[in-house]
Amino acid sequence: LIYCYRKPKTKRAKRFLEKREPKLKENTKNAMLIKGGNANLTVTEVLKDIYAVKKPFAVLYKKKNITRPFEDQTSLEFFSKKSDCSLFLFGSHNKKRPNNLIIGRMFDYHVLDMIELGIEKFVSLKDVKNSKCPEGTKPMLIFAGDMFEVNEEYRRLKSLLIDFFRGPSVPNIRLAGLEYVLHFTAVDGKIYMRSYKVLLKKSGCKIPRIELEEMGPSLDLVMRRTHLASDDLYKLSLKQPKALKPKKKKNISHDVFGTTYGRIHMQKQDLSKLQTRKMKGLKKRPAEKSTEDGGVSPKKSKSA
Amino acid sequence: MAAVRVEEVLAAAEEQEAEKRRSVTVEKELELEFDLGNLLAVDRNPPPAAGLRGAGPRREALLRALARDNAQLLVARLWELPAERAGGAGGPLVARLPEPAFRLPREKPPPRPRPPTRWEQFARLKGIRRRKRTSLVWDEQAKEWRRRWGYRRAGGDPSRAWLAEVPEGADPQEDQFARLRREKRERVARNELNRLRNLARAHRAGTGTAAPAAPLHPTGHQSREELGHVARVARVSTASLGRFQPRLPKEPAEPPSRSGGRKRRFEPLLGNLAAERSRQLELLRDMGSKRPVLDITRAVNKQLRQEEAEATAAKGKKQSQRGKRGRRQQRAGRSAKKSGARRQQQQQRPVGSGTGSGGGKRK
Repeated sequence: LIYCYRKPKTKRAKRFLEKREPKLKENTKNAMLIKGGNANLTVTEVLKDIYAVKKPFAVLYKKKNITRPFEDQTSLEFFSKKSDCSLFLFGSHNKKRPNNLIIGRMFDYHVLDMIELGIEKFVSLKDVKNSKCPEGTKPMLIFAGDMFEVNEEYRRLKSLLIDFFRGPSVPNIRLAGLEYVLHFTAVDGKIYMRSYKVLLKKSGCKIPRIELEEMGPSLDLVMRRTHLASDDLYKLSLKQPKALKPKKKKNISHDVFGTTYGRIHMQKQDLSKLQTRKMKGLKKRPAEKSTEDGGVSPKKSKSA
Repeated sequence: MAAVRVEEVLAAAEEQEAEKRRSVTVEKELELEFDLGNLLAVDRNPPPAAGLRGAGPRREALLRALARDNAQLLVARLWELPAERAGGAGGPLVARLPEPAFRLPREKPPPRPRPPTRWEQFARLKGIRRRKRTSLVWDEQAKEWRRRWGYRRAGGDPSRAWLAEVPEGADPQEDQFARLRREKRERVARNELNRLRNLARAHRAGTGTAAPAAPLHPTGHQSREELGHVARVARVSTASLGRFQPRLPKEPAEPPSRSGGRKRRFEPLLGNLAAERSRQLELLRDMGSKRPVLDITRAVNKQLRQEEAEATAAKGKKQSQRGKRGRRQQRAGRSAKKSGARRQQQQQRPVGSGTGSGGGKRK
């Protein structure tokens, strides 16, 4: 809105533009799910299921779009600008790359990272006949496997998946509402994504015992091509404005054991005027006071 | 006897506690890393590769067991967070999550503060602050509170104004209504022009400062200066430092700067021996002579003349400027001018004069 050459003429347009402009604290990232030129049934089902998981922060395009993201990114960037989505999932299928899924994200409406994954096995939401959790639940994300830390590409993939499935960032969460778990395991060059519904069972103590029930889409993925952002562009995208840094409270320090220490700055005290404990026995009696004063007694002495 | 009994009781109680906790404890080789703000847990233990190789229900069972263990640990951590009952005593138990720790890239770059507009600069200079205006104004004719502008405004509907007085000194034949309409159009156009000018200024300021941070913006976002700078750098990045690079048809020929941008030149180490000897002897002569190299009277006279000139210029400026802020700005300007003049003077002097005139700002 600040750099708008055409000022919005209605309040609705102004609100629309304000939602899209860069802010200190950003909106939840939206995802766009696009079908490629020849997308087969598997890929379409995958996109539909991921849309169900990511509702309402996702847009599912129904028509096929004949583009190749790895060759030309302008079409994706155009879509991103029009729908204000910074995450995308592009599904396609051809003989060389069967059941292909490209997951990626944008920075400033330009492609930041793109990773191509091949779907080896897919079990859809409707194939698993269990009860599902409500739409819009914030999922718990678990990554297992040392590959996610060791390999650079896997690390970016982990960051991408967290970004994709994270959902809105909330300050509080209802403990009974933790129903959805997304578990990613990286082993043997494959990535297994499984979704489970959490059942909280009574245990003896406060913490409930967890039982998992298979629910929802499960994918076996294999990593194909990648298009990762250069280091400096990635660092630029990670930069947070200084205003968001939490302000340090001065004069408060913590030690190793968790004790909080505070510092109070006081002016110099006059020690002679200190209020100490009152010892009634040591109080000066009137007789003693008079001898100290030099013999001025309240009783007047009669002189002859 | 009693002591032994107490110990037994305590041991029994501890065992009971442990038994209760057994159902929720999970043994792991490496501890998991948690980011509770994102509800994230990362398990660095290598999963049992042998079991997961064969496809089928066994793999699913293994994955499910692994997931259950990890989920148990994550939920245990979440339950340990400070929780309270939202919405009174009967409400659901709600835990307060910490800030998300995992660094994720932003969607868009952080907003740049826009530079102040021309009016804002002037207002800051003069110390003008914004008056809060009331939203409703008393309308005498309608005898009620009406809004300041908009639907049913205080001054009556301007489109229904049936009278437009001819001001003194105006042409009686002139159409007043047309004049009012024309002036309104002009005001709107002037406002729009100023807004666009402020916008252009902000945009120029923005590109000027942002360019060094990221060397090249993506295609379509590049400015003319940025492209020129990058083209210049690319030209010089050849093995022969751009000497034999062909120029484009309309590109202007740039005069070659032998030093390639550097301002200081050093003599070669083993060059003219005679010149070096003569230079050293001259230096010794100057050091040994009684006469000072700096002519103090000349320097002082020059400085005095300059100060007088500045004083007269400042006096003229002072009379036109008004307000405390104006005077403050002017004083800063004066000192800047003075130091600039001093710097110039030093360059004019021969190399030997180190002291210069009264310690002005040195580079």
